[in-house]
Amino acid sequence: MVKVTIDDKTIEVEAGTTILNAARQIGGEVVPPAMCYYSKLTGSGGKCRTCLVEVSQGSEKDPRPMPKLVASCSTQVMDGMVVKNKTSQRVKENRDGVVEFLLINHPLDCPICDQAGECHLQDLSFENGSQKTRFEEEKRTYEPIDIGDKIKLHMNRCILCYRCVHVANQLTNQRVHGILHRGEHAEISTYIEKAVDNDFSGNMIDVCPVGALTDKTFRFKSRVWFLKPMDASCECSKCSGKAVVWMFGNEIYRVTARKDQYGEVEDIDGKTAWICNECRYDKKDLKNWTIEGPRKINRHSVISTNHYTEGKVEPKKLNS
Amino acid sequence: MGRRILLEHDNVSGIETYEVYRKQGGYRSVEKAIKKMSPEQVVEEVQKSGLRGRGGAGFPTGMKWSFIAKPEGVPRYLLCNADESEPGTFKDRYLMEKIPHLLIEGMIVSSYALGCNQSYIYIRGEYMWILDILEKAIAEAYANGWLGKNILGSGFNLDLSVAPGGGAYICGEETALIESLEGKRGNPRIKPPFPAVKGLWGCPTVVNNVESIAAVVPIVNDGGEEYAKIGLGKSTGTKLISASGNLVRPGVYEIEMGITVEEFIYGDEWCRGIANGKKLKACVPGGSSVPILPHYLVCKTATGEDRLMTYESLADGGFASGSMLGSGGFIVFDEDQCVVRNTWNFARFYAHESCGQCSPCREGTGWMEKVLNRLEHGQGNMRDIDLLAEINKKIEGNTICPLGDAAAWPVAAAIRHFREEFEWHVNDRETSQKRNYGLVKEPSPIK
Repeated sequence: MVKVTIDDKTIEVEAGTTILNAARQIGGEVVPPAMCYYSKLTGSGGKCRTCLVEVSQGSEKDPRPMPKLVASCSTQVMDGMVVKNKTSQRVKENRDGVVEFLLINHPLDCPICDQAGECHLQDLSFENGSQKTRFEEEKRTYEPIDIGDKIKLHMNRCILCYRCVHVANQLTNQRVHGILHRGEHAEISTYIEKAVDNDFSGNMIDVCPVGALTDKTFRFKSRVWFLKPMDASCECSKCSGKAVVWMFGNEIYRVTARKDQYGEVEDIDGKTAWICNECRYDKKDLKNWTIEGPRKINRHSVISTNHYTEGKVEPKKLNS
Repeated sequence: MGRRILLEHDNVSGIETYEVYRKQGGYRSVEKAIKKMSPEQVVEEVQKSGLRGRGGAGFPTGMKWSFIAKPEGVPRYLLCNADESEPGTFKDRYLMEKIPHLLIEGMIVSSYALGCNQSYIYIRGEYMWILDILEKAIAEAYANGWLGKNILGSGFNLDLSVAPGGGAYICGEETALIESLEGKRGNPRIKPPFPAVKGLWGCPTVVNNVESIAAVVPIVNDGGEEYAKIGLGKSTGTKLISASGNLVRPGVYEIEMGITVEEFIYGDEWCRGIANGKKLKACVPGGSSVPILPHYLVCKTATGEDRLMTYESLADGGFASGSMLGSGGFIVFDEDQCVVRNTWNFARFYAHESCGQCSPCREGTGWMEKVLNRLEHGQGNMRDIDLLAEINKKIEGNTICPLGDAAAWPVAAAIRHFREEFEWHVNDRETSQKRNYGLVKEPSPIK
């Protein structure tokens, strides 16, 4: 066990733990945001640079500070390490910079984006974004494309976190999509117009931190904060069958996996509860599911404001 | 003539063939190392020589070699980084074209020192004709028993192959090179683990520049201490400098480290001054990624001392008034060159070559390129200049690999030293499209 201090809070963690995971064990304010790291996917992390932290003391043995800010998701803790996250002005400035970089080419089309309300980039820019843009150039744009019959890709919104690539590598039997081109022109795409067609490909939607990959069976149906999330389970031969159904009245609008406070799919009985495409796309009838109870949502989330109404909302007539 | 060690025989006709190279004393170091020395002794000689990596960072080669992990039953790899793509750098190309056997000899000795039985030369995709030269030389080395099984009856086996890249600058970064060699997309890996522990196919790996590996040959031949006598202080040995730009005689030169920059630019033996009788305006002494120096800081440091061609002297004054030796891509600009245009050109290169993996580099390099494009073409504003400096600060140090830094430094330095030229491009847009700014004024006195 090694001792690490993050923002003046000390915790003992196992050797080999990353700073980010140590911070998550403490919980609360000290946890750096993570856009590309996903604890359930090996090899993820290190790319978005939003989790940069300052190491003001390397370890007990070698107390020198680290000269550069380090990515907390891929740096392991040392015994006696002192880390500054929220308490460091330098971290704040550089994280603001990273968020600015992530947003310069982002379309900021939240009002028409299905991810709004559960988008990590939205949360991040609320915390670290600036009110004004300094980017006067034209944004790079792409046409939305279908990858597979159930997934829509909006490359404009993508922040190239590589999470969906890891999902395809680690959950499906063959990856047919990946990153094409370099630098600014890098984009997620399928291999020569091939469709992503695999029983677990839908999990790419769940891991996407932004609205780049959306569920075509749910697109433009409703804002997420009008829906009521319920834990539900079903008999499924392919996956655990434990999911969240998002309901409006008695209708199921969409099905997702169960995600924890960091937006990662939860472990159930020691296994990550990824769900299969059949559960996600085809079981939109209440008869398929056993409702376990309402899903707990962070009370600060827009989803828990719960403008949940029975039945359809009739538009108010102005003259009446 | 200055002392030539690597390019001693570059003018001998037929030196690229095995027979001539052997007649000139080639492969002596392999005989000496394998017959008379243990691998540890070779590493020790290289450490004694004080040889610093010639790829740009200047990290001591001997120290790099001593870091390699040696777990039982796991192969180790030596990779030669011949992915020379830095604008302004073409020294490795000359060396490999002229004396391919020198690199192969260095590879054999270095592989012996590190205990590698399979080594690779990763060559940039644009150097296809050199690939042929190297493969021919390797075939000759195999035929004469310098490669293959049981070399010189010592029981040491070595296979050497050349692998061409696809032409991406980023594949010159050592972990991206490893990824590319493994057949993947050339994205730099997150460090640690360093290649010395987990490199090619998860095995301990050393990646060295062509020139560093070639320098191992004279080190083994004459001994590390003898090599350390050449040069000045911690900059030992000779360095290949690829001089380009507005020079009377540009080209690849081998210099003994410690000659003055003034002598190198104006000396009869070297570049013979600025072409067409023009004046020196600026100089990038180590390839496109190092800070640019204005004319008054090229030959003299900020404290008034002579600037020397060494790692230390070129870096004198830090980034405020110094630069870096880098990979030895010595680019000289005369009074008719536009620094804004040049900075934009470099920024364009980095925006094009960023791998797009981490956000500060992917978005930042593209942003800088667009802003500089506007400035150069007379559509910039004053706030753009400060914006560039700001973007710089946010990229530098926050990326996975050094490409972000390499993209940020030249822009930062250009603004630092040539701010008035940038401002002139904003204030006098029309004139700036018609003529160049000329020399910058020397600030006085420099503190």
